[in-house]
Amino acid sequence: MATKTQTVDVKAQFTGLSKDEILRYSRHLIMPEVGMDGQLKLKNSKVLLIGTGGLGAPLGLYLAAAGVGKLGLVDFDVVDSTNLQRQVTFGAQDVGTPKTLAAKNRLSSLNSDIEIRTYETKLESSNALELFKDYDFIVDGTDNFPTRYLVNDACILLGKQNVYGSIFRFEGQVTVFGAPDGPCYRCLYPEPPPPGLVPSCAEGGVLGVLPGIVGSIQAMETIKLIIGRGDSLAGRLLLFDALGMKFRELKLRKNPDCPVCGKNPTITKLIDYYEFCGVRGEEAPASNVQVPEITPRELKSRLDRGDDLFILDVREPHEYQICNLNGHLIPLGDLTRRVHELDSSKEIVAHCRSGKRSADAVDFLRKSGFRKILNLKGGILAWSDEVDPSVPKY
Amino acid sequence: MPVKVIIPTPLRVFAAKRDSAEFPAETVGEALGKLTVEFVELRKHLYTDEGKLRSFVNVYLNDEDIRYLGKEETPTKDGDIVSIVPSIAGGRS
Repeated sequence: MATKTQTVDVKAQFTGLSKDEILRYSRHLIMPEVGMDGQLKLKNSKVLLIGTGGLGAPLGLYLAAAGVGKLGLVDFDVVDSTNLQRQVTFGAQDVGTPKTLAAKNRLSSLNSDIEIRTYETKLESSNALELFKDYDFIVDGTDNFPTRYLVNDACILLGKQNVYGSIFRFEGQVTVFGAPDGPCYRCLYPEPPPPGLVPSCAEGGVLGVLPGIVGSIQAMETIKLIIGRGDSLAGRLLLFDALGMKFRELKLRKNPDCPVCGKNPTITKLIDYYEFCGVRGEEAPASNVQVPEITPRELKSRLDRGDDLFILDVREPHEYQICNLNGHLIPLGDLTRRVHELDSSKEIVAHCRSGKRSADAVDFLRKSGFRKILNLKGGILAWSDEVDPSVPKY
Repeated sequence: MPVKVIIPTPLRVFAAKRDSAEFPAETVGEALGKLTVEFVELRKHLYTDEGKLRSFVNVYLNDEDIRYLGKEETPTKDGDIVSIVPSIAGGRS
């Protein structure tokens, strides 16, 4: 045993890994695919994580554990209790704490030998290039289209690879964009979907383990890129269906006419990505429609008054089970088919969780000839806030 | 054996929650056309008002992007798999 330690010590002098580090990373060091060479590459590498949420959790944990020398964490959000179902870097004690700070605390306790830089800021066209330039690899774990395009373009402009992962309910996509001669995000998707066309809160949600799996694949790809081993996912889109437990792989090709990485790029600096994605403000609105509204308090006083109002709930049955206002349930997706269940001579108040889906329902019903229909402003969430706090929020 | 069209999670709500559907079809376009006849709600998510495939919806025949094959005219054979791959953005939250 003593001899073994002695040998290790001698080796450490030549390698830049301390005795403690050699012990910590021994399962890497004894693998020829990583070895001392790979571990030193990890130690000297700098990785920037965009987002410290569902994907960022396993990414941060595994990259810190693997000994990536410098980890940058970009997030402007604060931990809330709905995050804990999947964002496993955080504990209940972190609720209310900025995510970058909570993540830094967790990752530092896991590995105090590495440097962790936090950027408690929203990634913008004005700061992306400056943030990215000090890092070797960028890992995209964001949750919205404007930031996806921003990360892509900034990576291409700086010649950096982008380890991409995205999830939706129980489906994930992973690849590596911006490899030399490899495709970028715009080669795959030249344009984002217009706001509202891709289902959002109506079909939202995510199975908690899914970001764990997708983020772990991103972490694996990042480590392979750093140590220069194996075949990266560049040029391949890995699709993961958690319900069917199936992985599929599609070919990704570099588009010679790509506006950012093609032969004659038309995008040579960062643009306004909110405008590009057709959204303004913090969140992409699920709906842009303007419809007549009623506030929760108005609704309550009218109900108390005994007004004959028909409450239409356009959420999904599983949401109805969580909480409801005793309304008539017709999920938005079934409304066209089941519109005959509604009496247009009656006054109707439509609601959903936050008021977006029901705005679409009201818009549709008005176009179908319903005149006495109102949208419950802020949905059942606002009802819980303003009228009845015993109604659980989700 | 007909062509199988795989419906991605975000679009299943417009396709009676189905994850796939099979149609006899000679081309990718024909398979997608039959899909949007069976599930009318899907149409506006896949095609523009002018009847063009939307740019954020990628269609693959087996593992190849139809943009690099014959687009919607790409011929299909029995047992082929047509995948609709829309962009999804989730991850952080």
